[in-house]
Amino acid sequence: MVELTQEIIQQLVNGISLGSIYALIALGYTMVYGIIKLINFAHGDIYMIGAFTGFFAITILNLPFLPALFVAMVVAALLGVIIERLAYRPLRNSTRIAALITAIGVSFLIQNIALLAWKPDPRAFPDVFPFRSYQVWGIYLDNRQLVILGVALLLMVILHYVVHYTRIGRAMRAVALDDEAARLMGIDVDRVISITFAIGSALAAAAGVLVGIYYNRIDPMMGVMPGLKAFVAAVLGGIGVIPGAMLGGLVMGVAEVMVVAILESTWKDAVAFAILIIILLVKPAGLLGRQTREKV
Amino acid sequence: MSRTRFLSTLLAVTMVLAAATGVGAAETFKVGVVGPRTGPVATYGLSVINAVTLAVEELNAAGGVLGRQIELIVEDNKADATETNNAFRKLISRDQVHAIIGAVVTANSIVGAQVAQMMKVPMITPTSTAEKVTQEGDYIFRSCLIDPVQGRIMANFAYNSLEVREIACLTAQSNDYSVGLEEVFTKTFEELGGKVVASESYSEGDQDFKAQLTKIRAKKPEAIYVPGYYTEAGLIARQMRQLGMDLPILGPDGFDSPKLFEIGGDAVFGSYFTNHYSVETEDEVSLRFVDSYRAKFGHDPDGFGALGYDAALILFDAIERAGDAALAKNVATARVAIRDALAGTKNINVVTGTLTLDENRNPIKSAVILKVVDGGYEFVERIDP
Repeated sequence: MVELTQEIIQQLVNGISLGSIYALIALGYTMVYGIIKLINFAHGDIYMIGAFTGFFAITILNLPFLPALFVAMVVAALLGVIIERLAYRPLRNSTRIAALITAIGVSFLIQNIALLAWKPDPRAFPDVFPFRSYQVWGIYLDNRQLVILGVALLLMVILHYVVHYTRIGRAMRAVALDDEAARLMGIDVDRVISITFAIGSALAAAAGVLVGIYYNRIDPMMGVMPGLKAFVAAVLGGIGVIPGAMLGGLVMGVAEVMVVAILESTWKDAVAFAILIIILLVKPAGLLGRQTREKV
Repeated sequence: MSRTRFLSTLLAVTMVLAAATGVGAAETFKVGVVGPRTGPVATYGLSVINAVTLAVEELNAAGGVLGRQIELIVEDNKADATETNNAFRKLISRDQVHAIIGAVVTANSIVGAQVAQMMKVPMITPTSTAEKVTQEGDYIFRSCLIDPVQGRIMANFAYNSLEVREIACLTAQSNDYSVGLEEVFTKTFEELGGKVVASESYSEGDQDFKAQLTKIRAKKPEAIYVPGYYTEAGLIARQMRQLGMDLPILGPDGFDSPKLFEIGGDAVFGSYFTNHYSVETEDEVSLRFVDSYRAKFGHDPDGFGALGYDAALILFDAIERAGDAALAKNVATARVAIRDALAGTKNINVVTGTLTLDENRNPIKSAVILKVVDGGYEFVERIDP
């Protein structure tokens, strides 16, 4: 009985740690969607670029962990702004579907450039972060899992604060509500959207570096599956709602692990996407979303 | 107008050149090599391609075979099925090769074997261990041991030498190689009297195995069999340690890569895997191979390299025995002659031992068990199938 309880708790820990990775990626996804109503499918690839930038900052520039993380976030933020400027801004007044398809195109473009430049070979991420393992009542935890969960929670709080209690946040919400009216009120809509992309992309890069360190392996296709899962997590929590991304990510992670624990490992990915379909049928606005509620 | 003329001239020149190459083909034996030079299992392909290149250079320097040089054409298939299909068709139709060495991973070799068999071109896969590959037809040969042999040898080693009685398996569910090994291992281990207490699976490309490992841990096995490739094996080893599981990991030849250490770190030390050969050898052919490989590429050859070199030696031997028939102007006739000679391969000394091809075109030879230690592999024992 004790062992069974321990096993269940260990699986919960595994699930939360996996879920906090999804949450970390989903935060940027949901923020960009909340402001400009664009599902940025390139988000998973910016996450990959972030991981590689961090990798090169550590291996070539010999930077320690925090400066490398910072470099990765800055590079990704710039990339996000450039992508928005070149690919999304010209389509600002086109149909939503045109922007969506462009986002898919950008995603493939980044993946294939990365494949060409860095080869599909997986690389081992250097051990810049001392590994410590803890054992509490037979449950194994390590500092990396805690860091990922902590960073995800911290970023959620900061984002929530930025969006709700700062000038730029107020401008973001105004743009989200009605960009024409915001422009008439003197808000520089283009600048607000650029900043939104910069923040979203920097978040993705932070996730990329942390996950690179956590699994110790990066490759150019690493953003595809986590990107999709994070998207599901964002929708599950209510896309555009920042705490929703956190909740959605954790629910997804725990659900996946529990499928393995109780049913069969084979069904893991199928269940993730089944959750998406069920949520869209039953509660299209997501767990924390309300149909009428102002997003973000 | 001038542009059209330029293009047509270019086309004409290309055709003349192609024809010229066609004539030239009669002067050499053309051999294609197909393997991943890039991609998630690139080290396997690079080892094979390096070793085959080395074998061909050595042979050509010694005057070639039947008085002709070997011309090698290398194709990168990125370990992808579609790319493999294209590479085989290109080698056979455009380059008019006499024989093909490849592909490297099992799923690709099955695709390649279908093309080679259909077009009646002898193919030797150096490293694909699934039984199914050579079952595609009588033009398909191999230079490595088949899965049943590897799975059987590991099951015997686990039960008899490590004295493990309860074991768990963690398999890549979408991979022929992995599933094939797991089946034979489980069957043999249970026939010996052992018990497989947990059988879990993952998808290729997965990074998180903790859920499966936690489930396995609860069953308290004494060891874990992970029939898979080095990328997943490294991650699995790490995550096992993170969950406090201190069990030996047993694996197949897919563990054989320097990347296993990069990804797995010290968590992979103490693992055992079945392989085709060990650099710690006293055999003359092996020693010569290890020395010249080191001299040319600056590092030790792995098992994949040894098998690639063997595939080349088997092919050269067959061409020589085919004699005049292999010199036929019509490449199709030459291919048949080479195939017939390959089928008669007997007691030839290659890097991985003395090799004979059986009636199913699979080699009969011994295997080794290696232990992963700090800095490389340690030879444990040699087992005859």
